[in-house]
Amino acid sequence: MSNNGKFEPRIVAFLCNWCTYTAADTAGVSRMKQPPNVDIIRVMCTGRIDPVFVLKAFAEGADGVIISGCHPPGDCHYTNGNYKTFRRMPLVEMLLQQYGIEPGRFHWGWISGAEAPKWAELTREFTEQVRKLGPLNWKKQFASKED
Amino acid sequence: MAKITITIDGKPIQTEEGQTILEVCRKNNIYIPTLCYHPVLEPYGACRLCTVEVTRHGWPSLHTACTHPAWDGLVVRTNTAEVRAVRKTLMELFLSRTPNVPLIQEMAAEYGVTEPSYPVEDPNEKCILCGLCVRVCNDMVKAHVLNFSSRGVDRKVGPPFMEKTRECIGCGACTIVCPTGAIEIVLQKNAIYAAKPLGPTAAIYVPSLQAVPRVPVIDTDSCIRFRQRDRSNGEIEDACGACQMLCEANAIDFTQQDEILELNVGAIVVATGFQMWDSTKLSQYSYGKSPNIITALEFERLSNAAGPTGGQILTADGVKPERVAIIHCVGSRDKNPNAHEYCSRICCMYSLKQAHLVRDKTHAEVYEFYMDMRAFGKGYEEFYERVQEEGVVMVRGRGAEVQVLPSGKLRVTGEDANLGKLVAVDVDMVVLSSAIEPPADAQKIAQLFGLSRTPDGWFAEAHPKLKPVETNTDGVFLAGAAQGPKDVPDTVAHAGAAASMAVALLNRGEVTISPQVAVVDEKFCSACKTCLNICPYAAISFIVEDNVARVNEALCKGCGTCVATCPAGAITGKHFTDDQIMAQIEGLFRVPELVEA
Amino acid sequence: MPGNGKLKLGLYWAASCGGCEIAVVELREKLLIVDQVADIVFWPCATDFKYKDVEAYPDGYMDVCLFNGAIRTSENEHLAHLLRKKSKVLVAFGSCAYEGCIPGLANLFDRESIFRRVYLESESADNPNKVVPQTAYHMPEGEIEIPKFYNTVKTLGQVTDVDYFLPGCPPQDPQIWAVIEAIVSGNLPPKGSVVGANEKTVCDECKHVREEKKIKKFYRYHEIIADSTRCLFDQGIICAGPATRGGCGALCTKVDIPCRGCYGPPPNVVDQGASLLAAVASVVDADTEEEARRIVSEIPDPIGTFYRFSLPASLLHRARR
Ligand SMILES: Cc1cc2nc3c(=O)[nH]c(=O)nc-3n(C[C@H](O)[C@H](O)[C@H](O)COP(=O)(O)OP(=O)(O)OC[C@H]3O[C@@H](n4cnc5c(N)ncnc54)[C@H](O)[C@@H]3O)c2cc1C
Ligand code: SF4
Ligand code: SF4
Ligand code: FES
Ligand code: FES
Repeated sequence: MSNNGKFEPRIVAFLCNWCTYTAADTAGVSRMKQPPNVDIIRVMCTGRIDPVFVLKAFAEGADGVIISGCHPPGDCHYTNGNYKTFRRMPLVEMLLQQYGIEPGRFHWGWISGAEAPKWAELTREFTEQVRKLGPLNWKKQFASKED
Repeated sequence: MAKITITIDGKPIQTEEGQTILEVCRKNNIYIPTLCYHPVLEPYGACRLCTVEVTRHGWPSLHTACTHPAWDGLVVRTNTAEVRAVRKTLMELFLSRTPNVPLIQEMAAEYGVTEPSYPVEDPNEKCILCGLCVRVCNDMVKAHVLNFSSRGVDRKVGPPFMEKTRECIGCGACTIVCPTGAIEIVLQKNAIYAAKPLGPTAAIYVPSLQAVPRVPVIDTDSCIRFRQRDRSNGEIEDACGACQMLCEANAIDFTQQDEILELNVGAIVVATGFQMWDSTKLSQYSYGKSPNIITALEFERLSNAAGPTGGQILTADGVKPERVAIIHCVGSRDKNPNAHEYCSRICCMYSLKQAHLVRDKTHAEVYEFYMDMRAFGKGYEEFYERVQEEGVVMVRGRGAEVQVLPSGKLRVTGEDANLGKLVAVDVDMVVLSSAIEPPADAQKIAQLFGLSRTPDGWFAEAHPKLKPVETNTDGVFLAGAAQGPKDVPDTVAHAGAAASMAVALLNRGEVTISPQVAVVDEKFCSACKTCLNICPYAAISFIVEDNVARVNEALCKGCGTCVATCPAGAITGKHFTDDQIMAQIEGLFRVPELVEA
Repeated sequence: MPGNGKLKLGLYWAASCGGCEIAVVELREKLLIVDQVADIVFWPCATDFKYKDVEAYPDGYMDVCLFNGAIRTSENEHLAHLLRKKSKVLVAFGSCAYEGCIPGLANLFDRESIFRRVYLESESADNPNKVVPQTAYHMPEGEIEIPKFYNTVKTLGQVTDVDYFLPGCPPQDPQIWAVIEAIVSGNLPPKGSVVGANEKTVCDECKHVREEKKIKKFYRYHEIIADSTRCLFDQGIICAGPATRGGCGALCTKVDIPCRGCYGPPPNVVDQGASLLAAVASVVDADTEEEARRIVSEIPDPIGTFYRFSLPASLLHRARR
């Protein structure tokens, strides 16, 4: 996406309903400064986040992806959905790396409902980080007829 | 037990067999003086002060009531001239042995004996050789430390060879039974108070005046019976037991064990309250540097009628303070990272109450350092007015510092914003209205019940206005200060609401579950069993007959973890389906095109 | 059905190993039955038809074309378009045509790096003039055009419209036969269907006994002697069976070789690799992130492991260039 020719990263964030989504909600209600680049998709728990969603987001054109939920060990509203997340995501990182997607484009971690400022800060920092990495534009990888 | 009738001082008394005359008298409020008797010990007949006249088979004679059994038909006279004469002689002997023991002086006076009738050997002697200590140490405590040694006039009480012994367990039982104060335990008072700030309690005690149910508990670390059992590796099984002997309801059961009860419940109210913020965290208040700088909670204990001073407000030196400063907002409304940014809400009002108590009980001058007075509730503003009228000096401004002066006095400085001046007062006692904060284990509790916490650390209610007692976990409710600072009326209101919600839930008899559950499409489930270990609620089970996994919708909470796990794509998370989420992702990147078109 | 009432059948071999051709030959005596019901009008591997013969056919002349192989070169793509035009039913035959298969793993690289490795750096290369494939070459007879080697391997379905997909590397003969029967009988499923395979996964056909999964350590196949009664996945060997469409009869696990995934994703799965990855990682028995990281870091080559047959067909199709 470009804005007067300037690169504006598109970031998709998958957040669990109970922790980070709540934090994001609070951040919004509290008028904390957040870049408009991050689009949030809410799931009930990070355990619901199928790695395919991450790939799909990149495939569709995301320049960065965020996954965030409740702090382990015990904050997860469903006891241990976040365990499944921290088991899956390191492997997703390895996969993305092999796909040639820089580690800086994928963030996963934990932000509790009480940490609205941390969420706002993450969106700011991550957006800047992805901005520096430049556009990913995955569709172009495959679109050209000639190749 | 057989019924008997005995006649005491001309009055027939119906009672049961198996008691001594003294016991029957005691039960019937007939006074007989004693010195060597103790209800939990075997009678000994050493002091003979309980002498009464007993008529057996028609022949009256003198006997000690503490040892004489009460038989059917016995006639007892407790106060004949002859009896009194015997007791008088005894008191003459006692007073001559221990002329300076108040109890002996008093008892002797009852028989008109005011001066020792015989030469006094040692005016400091206190022991009357009643043997209570010996019996308690041997028969009850079973420590076998004390005994008599020598005979006749040399008879005395003490440990073997009058040497210190390791066998003494320091239980203090001997000091308690000794009628004359002849035995003292040298109490390490400071050490005891350091270990138990509000003072020692008995080994058996009621946890608090408000305890529900109001029954005593035994502190097995202090109880002689348990200590002896542990010391002897179980060999000494039956030490002491005094409480058991005395309890008429027969309620003491030493075989009881701590039990962990597992209850199946339909609702839980979390009412874990608050803890006091650690007042040493802001060093300017010098908490811990003088015993006269106390927190408001310590003040509550001090002024409590059941407290260590019986409710008197005294400094550590045991005198009434002449000047007291109360400092509000200590650790509250403070951006210092060691303190809390929030208002603890209850302190203004309890500080006013404490100011009132100090004025009322000691007439001391009271200085209240406050930032602003939050008299938020019904009747509270009126109370504030009243306390002002009582002459409490209000200093508007945060108390800045407490210094301990070399004299031991405390200097409180702060700004009086109304005067625009720095003020300093020297006082005898400082009360810190310290912040309240979530208990240290709040996070553990949050995790246990799946609760969230607000940024200040208190448990989060499901909705700040509409669901003030509900939480995000069905069936778990919040009550009181656990949800945020509250005074008692607010706590009671909140707790009442939580209780009603819980009862309402239970009475409904059925629960509504959310529709976002997982379902296995059995056409695609290939029995790989990957999902079985995934569900935190064990909602997925494997149906052997059908060779498929199946979700129990009543157990499923809809987290969707299994949905993301099933490699066959056989599980659908209703309302959060793959198709829906994929469409959302696609949608994000279609929007600009739509706008352009 | 034209003339003699026989089907007009074409077979083509694009970027693939030839195993699919062998699979057809493996029909053995049934080939004679094929001959009774069909006239083969194009099969470069076995018969001498030229491209120009096909070009001369009217559009839709062939009743069925079984197209195996991925689209690696411009020639593959050209033939894909041509055969599409000339066939009524175009079948992506085998894993390469269906999802890219082993040739598709070349999508981890691009043309330049492949040429470099193959023609210049490989241990057996003797290429002093550093010649790499060109698209045009000057011969004494004139300029000849050589097909272009694409950067990215594609599936048949990614370059043209495909009627049916018959998975397998190669497809198993009973399945091929079932499809041929269906075509002969005209009893065809809806367009776009995967044919000759099951709706359930390989696990459904697998003899190994499965239990709840908890994996502390992953083993490569050669590192462990697998217990031949227990599920291989349960033993820490990554088996693609749970995320792979059945239909093969669990041939590999039958002999205790883990499934590699050649039948592609099961019906509801978009991305076979991600699905397998999610399943594998979810059952890692780790209670901390560090432990999880340590256990999964022992999985070598995630794309090769999870997308062995499906990289071109996956959501991301290829590694970034
Ligand atoms: C110094 C002081 C003076 C006050 N004076 C007044 C006053 O005059 N008037 C007034 O209205 N209010 C006063 N308050 C406020 C009053 O104390 C509170 O409103 C009230 O105590 C709140 O009650 P609660 O039951 O919510 O919490 P608490 O009283 O804190 O009770 C919580 C209980 O839960 C128990 N608990 C904690 N964790 C666990 C666990 N994990 N498992 C089991 N049990 C647990 C605790 O032991 C405790 O018994 C005063 C407060 C202070 C600090
Ligand atoms: S993970 Fe999926 S296919 Fe495997 S048993 Fe569970 S529901 Fe069936
Ligand atoms: S959605 Fe969550 S709670 Fe429901 S069955 Fe699946 S894993 Fe269990
Ligand atoms: S609910 Fe937030 S990670 Fe599970
Ligand atoms: S009380 Fe009976 S003899 Fe002392």
